[in-house]
Amino acid sequence: MLSFVLSRILQSFIVMIGVSLVAFSLFTYVGDPISNLVGIQTSDAKREKLRESLGLNDPMPVQFLRFIERASQFEFGISYQQKRKVGDIIAERLPATLELSFVSAMLALLIGIPAGIYTALHRKSWFSHFMLSASLVGVSLPTFLIGIMLIFVFAVNFNILPSFGRGEVVKLGFWSTGFLTASGLKALIMPSITLALFQMTLIMRLVRSEMLEVLRADYIKFARARGLSDRMVNFSYALMNTLVPVITITGLQLGSIIAFAIITETVFQWPGLGLMFIQAINEVDIPVMSTYLLLIAMFFVIINLIVDLLYYFVDPRLRVKQGD
Amino acid sequence: MTDKPLLEVRNLRVEFPTREATLVAVDDISFHINAGEVLGVVGESGAGKSMTGAAIIGLIEPPGHIAGGEIIFDGQRIDNLSNTEIRKIRGRHIGAIFQDPLTSLNPLHTVGRQIIDTIITHLPLSQKQARTRALELLKEVGIPSAEERIDHYPHQFSGGMRQRVVIALALCADPKLIIADEPTTALDVSIQAQIINLLKGLCSQYDTAIMLVTHDMGVIAETADRVAVMYAGRIGEIGPVADIIQQPKLPYTVGLMGSIPAIGEDVERLTQIDGSMPRLNALPSGCRFHPRCPSAFAYCAIERPELIEAGNSQVACWLYDKEKGQGKSPAHGLQKTHTKAVSKTTTQPANTLLQVEGLKQYFDVSPPLLTRLLERTGRKYVHAVDGLDFTINRGETFGLVGESGCGKSTVARAIVGLYKATDGTICFDYVDDGGLDDKQRMQMIFQDPHASLNPRWRVREIVAEAIPAGTGSTKQKITARVGELLAQVGLAAEDARKYPHEFSGGQRQRISIARALAGEPEFLVCDEPTSALDVSVQAQILNLMVDLQRRMGLTYLFISHDLAVVNHISTKVGVMYLGRLVEWADTDTLFSNPQHPYTRMLLDSIPDLTNIGAKRSQVGGEVPSPINPPSGCTFHPRCPFATDRCKSEIPIASSVSGSSVACHAIEEKRLPDWKTS
Repeated sequence: MLSFVLSRILQSFIVMIGVSLVAFSLFTYVGDPISNLVGIQTSDAKREKLRESLGLNDPMPVQFLRFIERASQFEFGISYQQKRKVGDIIAERLPATLELSFVSAMLALLIGIPAGIYTALHRKSWFSHFMLSASLVGVSLPTFLIGIMLIFVFAVNFNILPSFGRGEVVKLGFWSTGFLTASGLKALIMPSITLALFQMTLIMRLVRSEMLEVLRADYIKFARARGLSDRMVNFSYALMNTLVPVITITGLQLGSIIAFAIITETVFQWPGLGLMFIQAINEVDIPVMSTYLLLIAMFFVIINLIVDLLYYFVDPRLRVKQGD
Repeated sequence: MTDKPLLEVRNLRVEFPTREATLVAVDDISFHINAGEVLGVVGESGAGKSMTGAAIIGLIEPPGHIAGGEIIFDGQRIDNLSNTEIRKIRGRHIGAIFQDPLTSLNPLHTVGRQIIDTIITHLPLSQKQARTRALELLKEVGIPSAEERIDHYPHQFSGGMRQRVVIALALCADPKLIIADEPTTALDVSIQAQIINLLKGLCSQYDTAIMLVTHDMGVIAETADRVAVMYAGRIGEIGPVADIIQQPKLPYTVGLMGSIPAIGEDVERLTQIDGSMPRLNALPSGCRFHPRCPSAFAYCAIERPELIEAGNSQVACWLYDKEKGQGKSPAHGLQKTHTKAVSKTTTQPANTLLQVEGLKQYFDVSPPLLTRLLERTGRKYVHAVDGLDFTINRGETFGLVGESGCGKSTVARAIVGLYKATDGTICFDYVDDGGLDDKQRMQMIFQDPHASLNPRWRVREIVAEAIPAGTGSTKQKITARVGELLAQVGLAAEDARKYPHEFSGGQRQRISIARALAGEPEFLVCDEPTSALDVSVQAQILNLMVDLQRRMGLTYLFISHDLAVVNHISTKVGVMYLGRLVEWADTDTLFSNPQHPYTRMLLDSIPDLTNIGAKRSQVGGEVPSPINPPSGCTFHPRCPFATDRCKSEIPIASSVSGSSVACHAIEEKRLPDWKTS
């Protein structure tokens, strides 16, 4: 167990170093940091002095180590455009994205998994056919289109939901939440559905196909032959075994909910990390871009770590050593 | 028996609607099983045996369904019960055991929980009482230290132990009938003997009837009271086991019995039923066996025969009909040809073709470095082959036998160069081949004919690929050569245009052989070439191999777990156990006077067709893991003659009455003589 966790943590660490390298090289290779900092009139001598004082003339490995050292202390530099600490900007934007992602993930799991189970168990029912056809729409239509259509119907035509923003937020320390106000909750509905739809259909189809696979397994046939009730066979035997592979994929998908929030946030002008990132790209705000990269990588790594540990608890074949 | 039968099946018909036509998997069959009786159901794959079993417990996979007839269990009709009602009978009154113990258990629950769940479903017991009963059951099926094992997961049990757990699960509500569908097919012979004895013992103790579905006549012979022979969805013959096995009446049964190689019998060619079981979408008219039947006459193709009394059994065959079959003698041409095999004793001077010396093949299965550091364990190796010496002479067939996991296939792969040997030398025709340039002279035939042919290639391409290039071969020449090769293995030249899926298993294995012969090899390595085939098809392939050997002077290395097959085809036999040869000798010497305790154990565990109802001698234990092989003689934990010396010192082979044997007990003359039978 210990070695399993340790090796996973070690691997995560290596991944983070790799991503840091990419984030770091943004500074060096995407534009000249000095020209981004100073005006056109600055003399070459002054630029050289600045370069020296910022340590940009040091050898690359030294600069990289310095970058990692700062990043590990959550020092990400200063935004070129906003002239504020990047750490502060992120802290301000993070709650919006996390709340949106959390609601979307819950929607995707709480609807996707039961729908997958239902369509696997009742293959022939009209509801299964309906869900499967509907899920095709979810998979094939691009996210921004769904978002725009929702806005058109519910914000423009019926005028019952806000078309952009988070609504009113309540500050709880550094965290600003939209969960506590009516307008905040209303504002969450359309963006979270838009963001969840793709993952929901994916999870549903995954659960369905895995479950159909498991239902064909010998141990299910044997369980039925022993006269166990359908409920026990379907849920205690089939579902448990279905979840083992589903957990992995689902974990990865949850990571991409956070990462793909970019599009949804842009459509709904949601003041989160994604919108911040898009703005940063437009303005070539490299410190913000590189920090966003690091942050998303960290989310993925942490989620994967949790998934691996979950796997470990669900599947006794990993947990218990083969006996004599 | 005068009392009512426990199970009565009347005119059962199982249909599978498909887009083209409705396939009839089981066609109008009737039989009964009395209380406490063992009914064996035999037949080759596709005969409808398993389907009949599934129909009785109401578990036919949709879209298959019972289309006619009735099933009466204990005076109650059960084929038309609702799902909820039949569930009260499944497991409670009719238990089931399936073929593969590795996949029959839910991997995520402990075996205890699976047993307890089943007990609570059927019996009014509390969780605690159910656990006590589960413990009793596990002890009864022979799981050692059951108190501890009850909380283990299935993957912690070996194959044989898992099948014991499966039996415990089938027995846990004390059913009156058990449907055992190929319960021992996936197991090694020694384990097979243990499981059959256990099943038989428990069922006679509780007076449970068994419907034993299997293709293995040996298992039937020692277990069943009555036997039903199925062919293409019909029962061809049903009667007491002694009659069916010793005086089979149906030509199909006669052929089936003759196609099984037997130990102690020296025939050159096995009885061969040509062709294979018809597919369900192309059933012949009249008697379904008539296209393959040597005794068929005109009327057989016209009307379907029904079961009629013939002696103690019932037979569905026109030969036994008083009017139609007059003057016809049943089953001529299907008797075994009892000519002494000539190739068994090679008189020509020994001419070594392949020499293997000190072959070792280890596989690194170490856990990752970090785990090794934390848990302070070293690297782990599977000692698949651990010091092997043997020679094969030109024109010989060297049979290599052993239970699964003993390293047989690894030897084959190392010889043809698929693995690079960890240590030792392999000399082919006196040349030590580190890399073996001369691959053409050596070819391999694999076990699974379905997986070893590229499904997207036509047979022509499959065979032509192996024809050596650069001999001025034009397209016509290649086509001619492919046709020639196919003719050699008994296929038609037109078959070259077809794809592998258009052939049956046996025909596919013929294609594999044609491909192997394309390069005009001298030496064929055959890794279980017939173990995926039905017995009648196995007989065809074995006969083909013998014919080819005679015609082309081939040398074979024949790997099999089936001692009878090896006895039939080999001139020399080596017995492998955990990566080492424990005994090797001429076939006759080895089978008439086996020396090593393991060889004796294997021979003992083969079910004997001539000895109906006989108990096999029990062999304890299972093959240990090759990662941590036992010290000294690796067989010592299972050997009744083991001493302290066996535990510490690796025995070295020595020559004892014609055999080479590696055993301390034989060296010290502690071993009794082999029973002369």
